[in-house]
Amino acid sequence: MADVLLSVEGLTRRFDVSKPWLNRVIEREERQFLTASESVSFEIKRGETFALVGESGSGKSTIAKMIVGLLEPSAGVIKFDGQEMDFASGAAMRTLRRRFQMIFQDPFASLNPRWRVDDIIAEPIRTFGLLRGAEISNEVGRLLDLVGLSAADGTKFPHEFSGGQRQRIAIARALSSKPEFIVCDEPTSALDVSVQAQILNLMRDLQDEFGLTYLLISHDLSVVRHMANRIGVLYLGRLVEVAESKRLFTDPQHPYTRMLLDAVPDLALSGRRRMPVTGEIPNPINPPSGCTFHPRCPKVMDICKTQNPRDFPTATGTAACHLLSQEAAVSGTD
Amino acid sequence: MSDIIKKPEPGRVARALDSDIAYSFRKSPLAIVAASVSLLIILAAVFAPWIAPHDPFNPATLNLMDGFTPPMEPNQFTGNTYWLGTDNQGRDVFSTILYGARISLFVGFMAVAFAMVLGITLGLIAGYRGGWIDSLLMRVADVQLTFPSILLALLIFGVARGFIPPAYREAMAIWVLIVAIGLSEWVQYARVVRGATMVEKSKEYVQAARVIGAHPAKILIRHILPNVMGPVLVIATIGLALAIIAEATLSFLGVGVPSTQPSLGTLIRIGQGFLFSGDWWILLFPSLTLLALALSVNLLGDWLRDALNPRLR
Repeated sequence: MADVLLSVEGLTRRFDVSKPWLNRVIEREERQFLTASESVSFEIKRGETFALVGESGSGKSTIAKMIVGLLEPSAGVIKFDGQEMDFASGAAMRTLRRRFQMIFQDPFASLNPRWRVDDIIAEPIRTFGLLRGAEISNEVGRLLDLVGLSAADGTKFPHEFSGGQRQRIAIARALSSKPEFIVCDEPTSALDVSVQAQILNLMRDLQDEFGLTYLLISHDLSVVRHMANRIGVLYLGRLVEVAESKRLFTDPQHPYTRMLLDAVPDLALSGRRRMPVTGEIPNPINPPSGCTFHPRCPKVMDICKTQNPRDFPTATGTAACHLLSQEAAVSGTD
Repeated sequence: MSDIIKKPEPGRVARALDSDIAYSFRKSPLAIVAASVSLLIILAAVFAPWIAPHDPFNPATLNLMDGFTPPMEPNQFTGNTYWLGTDNQGRDVFSTILYGARISLFVGFMAVAFAMVLGITLGLIAGYRGGWIDSLLMRVADVQLTFPSILLALLIFGVARGFIPPAYREAMAIWVLIVAIGLSEWVQYARVVRGATMVEKSKEYVQAARVIGAHPAKILIRHILPNVMGPVLVIATIGLALAIIAEATLSFLGVGVPSTQPSLGTLIRIGQGFLFSGDWWILLFPSLTLLALALSVNLLGDWLRDALNPRLR
């Protein structure tokens, strides 16, 4: 059995979206908080790809940013290889930081336009002091080869490359510190469809070669299906279902997951019945009571409006839905 | 694929000549004239000791009999001819202009450099850190903007004079002037840099540097600074013209550089005393030089602003 590389427990992030103090006093308003992520817990095993999917505003990127230390969690614990991540402690984090990296969504913004590709890729190497002198340029050339570019491209600037090539450069930079774990925040959503598959295949090849572990953030179910071993479905900052990839696509347990799957265009024209996605994701400042999905849920029950469901075990993971508790009660098993 | 028709990599100079800026420069006659005039005056000022026919600061070479010689006419006592005439002390006006422009430009460049360093540093910190540091710095800047910069420079100048012992006043005057002008102009740099920094810091390349734990100072200097320098260069060019004028104004008011080391402003102040006695050249030629210098630098700044902003084309 593979061991757990990254575990997240009760990860919560609230953003203070209150009006300024004077406005609150005059208009008699309370402080307002936007809950982008509400006690999210999951584990990622070494060597697997764990995907987080959800609509816009479901908190996918917030979770990714908290894991790599770009955002401070309001509550919760992130453990990397058994060690708790404490981004405030510089020295202790230095060794941990080398072991994880991030690939960003927009390859046009993620590379500094004033830096040569050489320097961009070498930045993690230099920051962590891994190599020095001529070794650095050799390593950069090797990385460029690895991601399908030529070592001679190192002297160019980012604007001389296409979106797909830029994302390859971003991947080379992420690999340069020899990380074990890479957070990929929508790595292909800014790319042409024709290039997306190339980048995804490159990422899979690199995963096989170096035994990388990925956390893949995406709203694109076809990308997730292609890449992930296990999938977590986010709704309004809550993890509503976690399951193995195949199982999730064939036998979704949560009504929201079912709704997402049904929304995928059916190119094969199989004639299966589809349930269109209805409604929009509610305002996270004022989330609905009980189960936050209940205003959109086709199978809503009375209990859903008052009580937030706990996670119920499913065949390959968990799902947070009251339907499952009823099934469990009726069949007498779990 | 592209290997077959791969052209040789162009060098740094060739790339610079091929850039959009260079193209825009070649297409703008105004920019070419402005650049030529600025360059001419700057070069003349830099090489003043070799170009000037006389050393106007060496009293031993001066002859009071040469005083008030009109341009291009022989002096009635000594028979010496001067291109642009002489002033009351017999100093060659052409030479004093060269040396004067040297001091004006020195003060201008140093004041701009001082304002830039101060403004960029504070702007980067305010934009990157945000929060109360940002609020504090920007309120200071707001308050400072409500004072006219000349008034502020006069204030700083007056305070500095109170602190410096009289023996050093003349030697320190030029540095006090630089600090006074610099302190009255840093706000513009700080504001522009702060705004640009706030835009840049949210971009993903900065986040990528933060993920690997790069030091904030390194992120600011190596990542953000190169990306906010475009607008700063434009302000610096126009700021140079402003600083030269500010220096001339202060010197004209008599609080600038001492008359033993006259800048263009000092020369104009000396010259205006003789205007109504008919000795017009003592005032006219330094004034024209100042006008040409300030105007051409300003036009160059305007052109640079348009050239760097593709939306204005």
